[in-house]
Amino acid sequence: MPDSAAMLDVAGLRKRFGTLEVLRGIDLTVRPQELVFVIGPSGSGKSTLLRCCNRLEEPDEGSIRVDGVELLDPRTDINAMRRQIGMVFQSFNLYPHMTVLANITLALRKSLGKSRAEARDIGEAALARVGLADKAGAYPAQLSGGQQQRAAIARAVALEPKIMLFDEPTSALDPELVGSVLAVMRELRGAGMTMVVVSHEMRFAREAADRVVFMDAGAIVEEGPPEQIFGAPRHARTRSFLADFGG
Amino acid sequence: MDVFVSQFLNVEIIAQAWPLLLRGLGMTALLCAAVIPLGLVGGLLVALVCLSRHRAVRWPAFVLVDFFRAVPPLVLLIFIYAGLPFAGIRPSPFVAVCVAFLLNTGAYYGEIYRAGIESIGKGQWEAARSTGLTAGQTLTWVIIPQAVRNVLPDLVSNTVEVVKLTSIASVVALPELLYSADMARSLTYNPSPIVAAAAIYLALLWPCVRLLSRLEHRVGR
Amino acid sequence: MDSSTIFLDAFLNPAVIDRYLPDILKGMVVTVEVALAVVATGIALGLALAALRSFRVRAVNAAIVLFVDVFRALPPLVVILIVYFGLPSVGITLSGFAVLWLVLSLVLAAFAEEIFWSGILSIRKGQWEAARSTGLTFVQTLVWVILPQAVRMTVPPLTNRTIAITKNSALGAVIGVPEILMQAQTAQSFSGNATPLLLGAIAYIVLFVPVVALGRWLETRFAWGRS
Ligand SMILES: Nc1ncnc2c1ncn2[C@@H]1O[C@H](COP(=O)(O)OP(=O)(O)O)[C@@H](O)[C@H]1O
Ligand SMILES: [Mg+2]
Repeated sequence: MPDSAAMLDVAGLRKRFGTLEVLRGIDLTVRPQELVFVIGPSGSGKSTLLRCCNRLEEPDEGSIRVDGVELLDPRTDINAMRRQIGMVFQSFNLYPHMTVLANITLALRKSLGKSRAEARDIGEAALARVGLADKAGAYPAQLSGGQQQRAAIARAVALEPKIMLFDEPTSALDPELVGSVLAVMRELRGAGMTMVVVSHEMRFAREAADRVVFMDAGAIVEEGPPEQIFGAPRHARTRSFLADFGG
Repeated sequence: MDVFVSQFLNVEIIAQAWPLLLRGLGMTALLCAAVIPLGLVGGLLVALVCLSRHRAVRWPAFVLVDFFRAVPPLVLLIFIYAGLPFAGIRPSPFVAVCVAFLLNTGAYYGEIYRAGIESIGKGQWEAARSTGLTAGQTLTWVIIPQAVRNVLPDLVSNTVEVVKLTSIASVVALPELLYSADMARSLTYNPSPIVAAAAIYLALLWPCVRLLSRLEHRVGR
Repeated sequence: MDSSTIFLDAFLNPAVIDRYLPDILKGMVVTVEVALAVVATGIALGLALAALRSFRVRAVNAAIVLFVDVFRALPPLVVILIVYFGLPSVGITLSGFAVLWLVLSLVLAAFAEEIFWSGILSIRKGQWEAARSTGLTFVQTLVWVILPQAVRMTVPPLTNRTIAITKNSALGAVIGVPEILMQAQTAQSFSGNATPLLLGAIAYIVLFVPVVALGRWLETRFAWGRS
């Protein structure tokens, strides 16, 4: 039964690469303004789950609804939906041949059809929001990793998405740069953004997540509020995974 | 369609021209056997001169390389074949082709070797010299083998170009494959022999070209 | 006469220069025309084919690969002779200039397609994904994100390849295109002197050394960009 109040409603999602079954029937509901944290060992299918939610991967089976619209329906305008689903990648994936501002305004202009001036205003506001107002004219290569990731977040935020998906946004960063990116994510949460975050930042999860989901081998093993998952995990696999994190 | 077949794929005419084409192919092979080693060795020498530590040696070498890359090989060939006799030097077509190729392809091979040698880090030099090898030994046993491996696709690609280039020898009446085919064409008033020659070039070079495009397309992650 | 006067008389004869320099200059104009026409159509066609190839339609891509392979494997002179002597016998007559332009454009297109395609393949998958995740279509992503990066990387190899192929305009001499080499050969046979041949070589040096130097400069700039 689709949950009509859900912002993201994933049901019975399956995905295989060749003979390898990477997602074995995922059910996940994210309510508006909720921050859901997804943890799990490497290779458990976390990235694939997020990528399916943007249809960067084609699922084999199941349903993905974003604000009530079925993503996998061939009649759905996938490009319009993608504008409403912000995606942040581990490796930033900024366009190296464009300034930071042009990175942000590209989709505003080409996909949303905004004028150059309008796109610039929106882009500058998004940059200010992530603390990069002074970097609009810089090229990605001139920024630190943390600044690049914040610019990538601004690129997604500028499209005013209904939900944002973060795939290990801080894993490629030097430890001293992680904080600035987490601060931006905290601000987004404070402003009421719906977020799904795949990350190993357990401290951030404890403090900011509404719910934590533990995945292993393509399935959700258990989920619950952070106090429960970190404080009293029910499953042995969750316990041993968390033990490896010293937590 | 019939016109097309009789004009371009005329079996009778190709059969008639076949012995001539085979003789031409033999000459092309002989030419390749001469000009490819010449280019490969000449190019290596060019590269070493271009990498000399002395500016007075290096700069003239660069200028010469750029000159020979600017002049079309056919112009060079005709200059040597038809121009040098005015200075009392009368090279045979074969020798003229060899000299023109040495100058032209030597410059191209030279640039490739140079890029390869420059791609080897200074650490390799220092490591080799620190074990007591001389500069020459370091070059021969440490640097050049790695350099060649790094630029192997470019060397193969240039060699394919050299094989194709031997066709310009037809212009100075050296009876290689294209010359023989063109002679057969003018005798029979039918272009089929040239199509047959094209098929022979394709049969020889297509596998190399396939291999090359495999080597060249490295997919980004 | 000593040997240097013999040399000057045969290769840099003032009277011959005076008489035939205008012809060589006319040849230079034709060579430049051929070169510009070939560069424009060859590179545009190569880029269009590489863009088409990125749609990954199997039959289309097989045709592109076949085209590229054939024109990479065949000597241009062979193709020129087939087209020049073959087409009239099936009722199509093209001028020598048109044949030269057509064949060299196709050869350049084949090499350019390979180079552009390598460039497209070398762009990391994340660039496609980031662009698509913001709602850009496949074509928008190709045009605004992938091709600008791919083309930038291909500038040095493409410049060198383009020089090598446009120099083949000298092959036009074989089919009567009045470019530099043809003018020089004609002048040489009329004057009975090697001066026009040297003038022809100098004309090429004047035209192409700047471009070769540009290619060299682009290569070093590119190397810095990478490290
Ligand atoms: N494009 C792909 N082709 C084949 N296998 C893939 C592909 N992408 C991911 N996989 C495999 O799917 C599994 C899950 O990967 P992923 O979703 O990246 O896991 P996680 O993000 O949890 O580390 C891994 O075994 C991975 O090797
Ligand atoms: Mg992952």
